[in-house]
Amino acid sequence: MYRIITKLLLAAALGGFAGTAHAEESPTLEKIRAKNEITVGIREGSLPFNYLDDNNEQDGYSWQITLRIVDAVKEKLGLPDLAVKRLMVSPATRIQLVANQTLDLECSSTTNNTERQKQVSYGNTFYIVGPRLLVDKGSTIRNWTDLKDKSVVVNAGTTAEKLLRTMNSEKDWGANILLAKEASQGFMMVETGRADAAMMDDTGLFGLVARSKEPQRWEVTGDFLRKEAYGCMLRKDDAGFKEIVDETIAGMMLSGEMEELQKKYFQQPIAVKGGITLGVPLSDEMKALYKQPTDAAYD
Amino acid sequence: MNYSWDWLIFLQPSITGEGAYGYLLLRGLLWTLAISSLSWVLAVAIAAAVGIARTLDFVVLRFLAATYVNIFRNIPLLVQLFLWYFVVPELLPTAWGTAIKRMDPLLNQYFTVVVGLTLYTAAKASEHIRSGIESVSAGQKQAGRSLGLTTAQSYRYVILPQAMRIVIPPMTSDFLNVFKNSSVALTIGLLELAGATYQLSEFSAQPFEFFAAATLIYMMITYTVILLMRAVERCTRIAGSLGAAS
Repeated sequence: MYRIITKLLLAAALGGFAGTAHAEESPTLEKIRAKNEITVGIREGSLPFNYLDDNNEQDGYSWQITLRIVDAVKEKLGLPDLAVKRLMVSPATRIQLVANQTLDLECSSTTNNTERQKQVSYGNTFYIVGPRLLVDKGSTIRNWTDLKDKSVVVNAGTTAEKLLRTMNSEKDWGANILLAKEASQGFMMVETGRADAAMMDDTGLFGLVARSKEPQRWEVTGDFLRKEAYGCMLRKDDAGFKEIVDETIAGMMLSGEMEELQKKYFQQPIAVKGGITLGVPLSDEMKALYKQPTDAAYD
Repeated sequence: MNYSWDWLIFLQPSITGEGAYGYLLLRGLLWTLAISSLSWVLAVAIAAAVGIARTLDFVVLRFLAATYVNIFRNIPLLVQLFLWYFVVPELLPTAWGTAIKRMDPLLNQYFTVVVGLTLYTAAKASEHIRSGIESVSAGQKQAGRSLGLTTAQSYRYVILPQAMRIVIPPMTSDFLNVFKNSSVALTIGLLELAGATYQLSEFSAQPFEFFAAATLIYMMITYTVILLMRAVERCTRIAGSLGAAS
């Protein structure tokens, strides 16, 4: 038994070295050409980035970006009949699936940070968010320092959890941290009174409010603590493919197409639950990003 | 595969400043052990009672026991846990529900998981106990009765000593399953070993190392259980018999 495990681990480790040893110009593009197929990540309910709508169609701001990148790949490789394979991912699986090369591209709502860059690479940032708090309108919680002795629910393993834990130990917030497996469960914990607030990326919170039974009962509050950059994930050390991703996104931003997408998905009704509107205006940070596309992470 | 391996990640301090990654993983292991051991002890007690009830002559008791087994065995554990955590407190009188929801969140999650896992495990294990009792030949029961033993006495002195030895091997797999099933706790936010593995994989961006470690730890736990149950089997064996004397 022990010998088998050692062998497996060795094989895995060697595989890692071998991969870097003969990295070609673009392993992703080569794989796509060889299989005449590209595998992209989809999400079930990451509003309004990548989700299944009421008609069971994939849609969203990041999904449109995915489609544009696929078009660019088709053109670059001269493969008009390229098959597009969709793979449903979750926050817990997406990074591993890109790292082990099951997925060629994942554009949904994934934060670009330095830890993750050890395993995957990110294209140009396409959205900027920041963690904030969702509370009942009657709540005494107005900002982060009001969290003392309050229960705050956060999605396990997210960058928001990381930030909350760090602040709790460094700034002595004294918040009682509750974990949820996914956003809708975290919301349910606030709705049923188990938690006093939910902490998440602001756009995610607006999505939860818009989808809830009584949207007027909830409020998103708290200062913008830190910026997080959402980017498309692709495999590491693949300059050729990254160039296509970056150029496509930069092109969409400079041509004004990205701003149209932001309007369409964040300010107008989307086909979920019979039509909901998130009502998120274009922030100053986003306007600046559209003028100067970048792939830099904020931490 | 294009992955940067780092097996020393377990020694590095977590980015949240809460201690080394290895320490946080072991904290998850302690939750797994705490959930599983309490659930198993309770489940064995309930399973014995229910398993015996299903073989008795009282129709009402048999019916109640069968209803319990069928409900708890046939609903996926994940769904049961969800019901216990989110739905049951809403069905109770408001004051009770609020009291439950406002108790220490970690203890609340712990007891919710223990209740869910215990009832699910007991329902499955009770079937093993029932079939163990039924595998003792009917002649034994009748012989006990004709000797003038009461039902309780014939179970205590004739049937159960044989049945309990027969069920040790199937109960071993139930015991193993408790440890593996305890990972459902992560779905309501209690980070036992599997939950901690997911969380730390995200924090460190070294998922494969953490999953490899978790796999080894789970294997070590289950192998220990197997050795333990084998020892129990050996110690309780009646010389000259394979399982039940017949």
